[in-house]
Amino acid sequence: MIREFALADVGFLILATRWTLLLALTAAIGGGILGLIVAVVRVVPARPLNWLAIGYINLIQGTPLLGQLFVFFFGLPLLGLSVDAWTAAATALSIYASAFFAEIWRGSLQSVPQRQWEAGASLGLTYGQRFRYVIIPQAIRISIPPTVGFLVQVVKNTSLAALIGFVELTRASQIMTAATFAPLQVYLVAAAIYFVICFGLSQVSRVVEGRIHVSR
Amino acid sequence: MEYNFRFAAVLRYWDEIVEGVVLTLQLSATTMVIGLAIGLGVAALSTSSYRWLRLPARSYVELIRNTPLLVQLFIVFFGLPSLGLRLNANDAAMIALSINLGAYGAEIIRAGIESIRRSQIEAGRALGLTALQTFRHVVLFQALKAIYPALASQFVLLMLATSIVSAIGASELFHQAAFIESRTFRSFETYTLITISYLGLTLGFRLLFSAIYWLVFVRRPAR
Repeated sequence: MIREFALADVGFLILATRWTLLLALTAAIGGGILGLIVAVVRVVPARPLNWLAIGYINLIQGTPLLGQLFVFFFGLPLLGLSVDAWTAAATALSIYASAFFAEIWRGSLQSVPQRQWEAGASLGLTYGQRFRYVIIPQAIRISIPPTVGFLVQVVKNTSLAALIGFVELTRASQIMTAATFAPLQVYLVAAAIYFVICFGLSQVSRVVEGRIHVSR
Repeated sequence: MEYNFRFAAVLRYWDEIVEGVVLTLQLSATTMVIGLAIGLGVAALSTSSYRWLRLPARSYVELIRNTPLLVQLFIVFFGLPSLGLRLNANDAAMIALSINLGAYGAEIIRAGIESIRRSQIEAGRALGLTALQTFRHVVLFQALKAIYPALASQFVLLMLATSIVSAIGASELFHQAAFIESRTFRSFETYTLITISYLGLTLGFRLLFSAIYWLVFVRRPAR
């Protein structure tokens, strides 16, 4: 049945946005935990471990997210896991995000000046203690603006989950288009919703960046 | 795990994969040229001293950078026909990708322009160079060197992003995957091989770009 695109349909899209946000949040948390591990493996003083992390980061950053989504969507069932679109999308997006978080945080760790390590050593701190009490607190401050900035990418990338059939904002827009035959209005509304979320995050990133620079 | 991997069945479609690689490279290169042209124009506007020029340029950059490429693609391909502008999938893909890249290119170029210190231009003028000579011998090289790494990685990101246009059936590497899958019913093997092909392209281009960087910017030929 074809009908007009009405205000209630905007409500439908806004309601579908909760899946976009939930997927982004899951990817941010999953990718954050995994990315933290990869970042540490990337910087610890053990060459083979570093190479392992570099290989992982290059593999993920060198392939399209869409490809990763399809590989997980079709690959996880082969491991005997029953996989719905949500699981595949959450897994692929987490792994994708982890490679980028790892690089962001490696950069933050390495941008703490070398003399901070030396100062810690001269105070008799062990490697672990220097990492925990000297380097990480400083690195966290540096990493906040680019981390929040990357969350914009995570939110935008959740739209690709639509292509394996997960009903989030973009897939909901496709369904709505099929019902109303008003693609321009529907997709413009979807774009506006994404814009509100992403522009908000960008502004947060900018404000935080300004604060950190002021206090240094 | 009871699954029998049959990559050989997919590799019989080697020709289709190669064809896809060529199409992807063509699409990426065309988009890069058009996108950078847009980016250059927008960067010029957004560094202008007139507010009414800066405002539309800044709005364009923010609107594009804060919405997903997939939705932009759908607006161009499915949305524009209702305004009477009907495009085929390949043209729509190229237009959407170029508009998208234009916004990112503009930001990179703007950063390049702003990275040149005012004193460099003043030094050039003080040495008696004309404005054009100052631009040609002092500013251009430094600005290019500053933005080259960002442009190189943007090209790789763009190449990976072209896979998204398979969603509207535009012809490129990822679209070939759907074709091969429909013939072999080997979804996992097909998508794994296609995804790995992109990795080959990425690593190849990274190597090429860093070689060019070394030749042009590090080992500066005597002039």
